Amino acid sequence: MVQVEGLETLLENHPFFEGFDADTLALLAGCGVNERFGPGDYVFHEGSDADKVYIVRHGTVSIEAKVPGLDRVSLQTLQEDDVLGWSSLVTPYRYTFDARAVSLLRVVSLDAACLRKKFEADHELGYLVLNRVVAMMAERLQAARLQMLDLYQPKGGQM
Amino acid sequence: MAEASTHPAANPAALRAPEPPARGAADPMRPRRFRIARLRRELADTFTLELEPLDGAGMHFKPGQFNMLYVFGVGEVPISISGDPADPSVLVHTTRAVGTVTNAMNRLKAGQSIGIRGPFGTHWPAEAAHGDDVLIVAGGIGLAPLRPLIHTVLAERDRFGKVLILYGARTPEDILFTRELKAWRGRFDMSVHVTVDRATGAWNGHVGVVTRLIKMGGFDPGNTSAFVCGPEAMMRFCLTALAEKGVREERMFISMERNMKCAVGVCGHCQWGGHFVCRDGPVFRFDKVADIFRVWEL
Repeated sequence: MVQVEGLETLLENHPFFEGFDADTLALLAGCGVNERFGPGDYVFHEGSDADKVYIVRHGTVSIEAKVPGLDRVSLQTLQEDDVLGWSSLVTPYRYTFDARAVSLLRVVSLDAACLRKKFEADHELGYLVLNRVVAMMAERLQAARLQMLDLYQPKGGQM
Repeated sequence: MAEASTHPAANPAALRAPEPPARGAADPMRPRRFRIARLRRELADTFTLELEPLDGAGMHFKPGQFNMLYVFGVGEVPISISGDPADPSVLVHTTRAVGTVTNAMNRLKAGQSIGIRGPFGTHWPAEAAHGDDVLIVAGGIGLAPLRPLIHTVLAERDRFGKVLILYGARTPEDILFTRELKAWRGRFDMSVHVTVDRATGAWNGHVGVVTRLIKMGGFDPGNTSAFVCGPEAMMRFCLTALAEKGVREERMFISMERNMKCAVGVCGHCQWGGHFVCRDGPVFRFDKVADIFRVWEL
């Protein structure tokens, strides 16, 4: 009971849940648990069952892909105030990249099956959370597109 | 709005730099000879020239201004000054070799000479940011034109609130001025965040676009002056991110790059809407050019 109250507070203080009322936070916190990962630890691997959403409270996590000849390539880093693991809320519920803690990482992990069950039972709750998830995915998509532009690549010319 | 109108940045003329020193003002089309005192390799394609005037007269300039650099027999290009405005005895230019003239410049050796006209153009108005948090956002080689501003801000550190440098580069190997960035990050009175678009191996810093660093905050948006320099597309998204954070357009400053030739607002090569970038820029207060900033045909 004490831990659940603590998780509610942690969620309340996280920007992703800004504006959520106490009842909703309590409902979500019921799916959560505190976790920590050491530097270099993998939070999840590409292709594995996506069973958790991670609310990053502290530290940095790198989203990576293994590329032959390049070892691992970091595509994006996430810090406190970010959310990791949206694949667990979207079919086929498999993580699409590796996630590796760059530094000590503290998270609240939310059990995705538990969340999905609550979303099915309460569509309003589902809409509320997934609306935030879509906004987060849109921001990441825009960032990925910007990275694709390779803006800092030298341009030739007379100069 | 009342607060905006009393802000020093409200006066566009404040951006206009003072006239160049008498020697340059006499004939702005005539280059002076400078000797390459030092040539420093920064990156694979980027180098810094430290230049000393053969006539002995130093060059006073303001942060953000540029010079026309003439490689004799090859051509002339506009390059921002990247040195410390407090030291007019050494003129510093950091350049990426991307074309005919800059590649020829890259082949020069210490002791050889080069022609210089300038300084030209408007400047980063550090004085307009007194009392504000200072947010310096740079992308790629765009850190070079902002370096004099960083020197100026740090020389008058007490006049500003928080000072943040947000810098985006292509890869860890493309980070410019690494030694200085580390030194600045080591200070207790400023923050430096560096991100790269992609990384492999041992890099443990941020990965992602520089706009994400803006979203991380760490400054008071309502009392922040933001100075942005980099590729135009990068600046566009940064300005949007700054506006979403609550930074006002009249407190955002950008540096534009155009094909400048005469550098004195005569030839028209660098015309951008109703502006000549060489004369009215390269530094613009964003609200003064917001209406044309996203017009591709200009």
